[in-house]
Amino acid sequence: MKLKLLGAAGMALFLAACSDHANKNVNTGAATQQVGPAPGSEADLVATAGDRVLFALNQNTLSSDAKATLDKQAAWLAKYPQVHVQIAGNCDDRGTEEYNIALGERRANAAHDYLVAKGVDASRITTISYGKDRPTAVGDDEASWAQNRNAITAVQ
Amino acid sequence: MTSSVKPLIPDDDADRLAAAFGRRGFMGAGVAGGLMATPLFAAGAAHAQAGDAEITVDQARTAPIPIVLPSLGSGVAQQITDVISADLANCGLFRPISASMPQGTPDFGSYKSMGARAAVTGKVMDQGGSLRVEFRLWDVVTGKQIQGTAYTAAAQDWRRIAHVIADVIYGRLLGEQGYFNSRIAYIARSGPRAHQTTRLAIMDQDGADSRYLTNGQWLTLTPRFNPANSELAFMSYANYRPRVYLFNLNTGQQRLLGDFSGISFAPRFSPDGRSVVLSVTRGGGSDIYTVDLATMARRQITSSGAIDTSPSYSPDGSQIVFNSDRGGSPQLYIMSAAGGDAKRISYGHGYYGSPVWSPRGDLIAFSRIANGSFSLGVMAPDGTGERILTQGFTVESPTFCPNGRVLAFCRQSSAGSNGAGFATGISTIDITGFHERALPAGSASDPTWSPLNK
Repeated sequence: MKLKLLGAAGMALFLAACSDHANKNVNTGAATQQVGPAPGSEADLVATAGDRVLFALNQNTLSSDAKATLDKQAAWLAKYPQVHVQIAGNCDDRGTEEYNIALGERRANAAHDYLVAKGVDASRITTISYGKDRPTAVGDDEASWAQNRNAITAVQ
Repeated sequence: MTSSVKPLIPDDDADRLAAAFGRRGFMGAGVAGGLMATPLFAAGAAHAQAGDAEITVDQARTAPIPIVLPSLGSGVAQQITDVISADLANCGLFRPISASMPQGTPDFGSYKSMGARAAVTGKVMDQGGSLRVEFRLWDVVTGKQIQGTAYTAAAQDWRRIAHVIADVIYGRLLGEQGYFNSRIAYIARSGPRAHQTTRLAIMDQDGADSRYLTNGQWLTLTPRFNPANSELAFMSYANYRPRVYLFNLNTGQQRLLGDFSGISFAPRFSPDGRSVVLSVTRGGGSDIYTVDLATMARRQITSSGAIDTSPSYSPDGSQIVFNSDRGGSPQLYIMSAAGGDAKRISYGHGYYGSPVWSPRGDLIAFSRIANGSFSLGVMAPDGTGERILTQGFTVESPTFCPNGRVLAFCRQSSAGSNGAGFATGISTIDITGFHERALPAGSASDPTWSPLNK
């Protein structure tokens, strides 16, 4: 279970490393062809910034990791000013259905407010909450719950 | 305001539903609900006066009442017998005893020797499209007829006749109104756990006659019955805008409830059915509002900045119990129905949620979450006398039956790492904590118990 969590985090680091590496490529002057996701697309957001931030149990506090991801999202959104996003807040299933709808919205709102503070126009961001009804990880263990306490940014 | 809302179900479905529910009335013009009930006077036996029942519910809880229930006949008559028997046995308060139908007055001596307290006699007559069910309830000890009634209804409503008879038996022997002639609306669930298809659905309280009310296109949650009529409030993510809607079961009509900028959710009707209390997200919290159904006028009654949700009225409409994390963690609070100061009532270990006030007024049912697992319990409205009724990985969304003696709730099991083993269903439990049983509703959640069928 811990391994799975590390695996997910490791994948995020790997993706981040890849994009860093790509950015540092020396320009040889050769004609380049676009590879990877279309600029401004959801896949591009995932690859460039990461589409989600995770939260601690019953919390909506943004961790330093979460802020780092949102900083990258803000930079990415600045690069594609025509893109609108929806942030979906989610919860693990250790709360009641109704409380979790509000808690998910609170998480989405935390991400929303951070992006706005970083200069993203509020009119470009909507929020929604799925409570505990759209789990990313379908298991019922600590590692799954950690994945499911999130705010996921999706290109509209 | 509602014209821009895309219908949750296609019009032809709505028409079909309206037709399906419209015919639920019994035959017999001028009689409430169409059920024609005529008295059958005792033949050759003393007629007991309607009075207080001799047996209390608490006595029946420890020793279910033995009642002789002979088959009313073959075919639909046997089916009616089976439904009556299942109602009585499943509530945990009766022990139906099979027997052959006596000719004339029952042999009370032999019934007494079997330990029976009460006995049923009767017959079913097919009157070409309608059924006439003659039913007599006898006190075995005194040999008196407690009740005799002939019910006439459309043949297709045979289940409902059976539930009405079971309610009469319950009411006459226990001195409390029964709840068998009622329904439960719920959310039917299917598909992979990460993205379940959810449909608003309804069934009889015993799980029979289930049907879908929405097509599953949108995430749909938390149906709530209007205690005064055949109307549901529920939450739908239609057009990716999660909001509360109303659905009229008689007409199939649906409408948006209010037009809030945030997510509106957690609806519950006032006891008179004229307004709905719900919560609406704002910033990082949610506020509680009431909406008058006649005028759609809304009134904000909390503004703590925290999450205030899951409001539920006391049966006299004067108070509201709700869930709030204004003190740092989700707990239960009580306030006046007009808002104002709220008093915390939950102080046990863990978090609390999904409170619902009993129609009897004396209890509040809730979920409690501690150490990663759920409990379902009840407490007095002042927070005293907390009792846990049942526990599990997830036990939540309690809803009281019309007389407040039984709770239906959602029970879910935990899933393995690939989602295997996850199951969600609806169970019922007596408020004493005895007699938990799963309803045959399939994969389901979010039960809400109807008032007694009219």
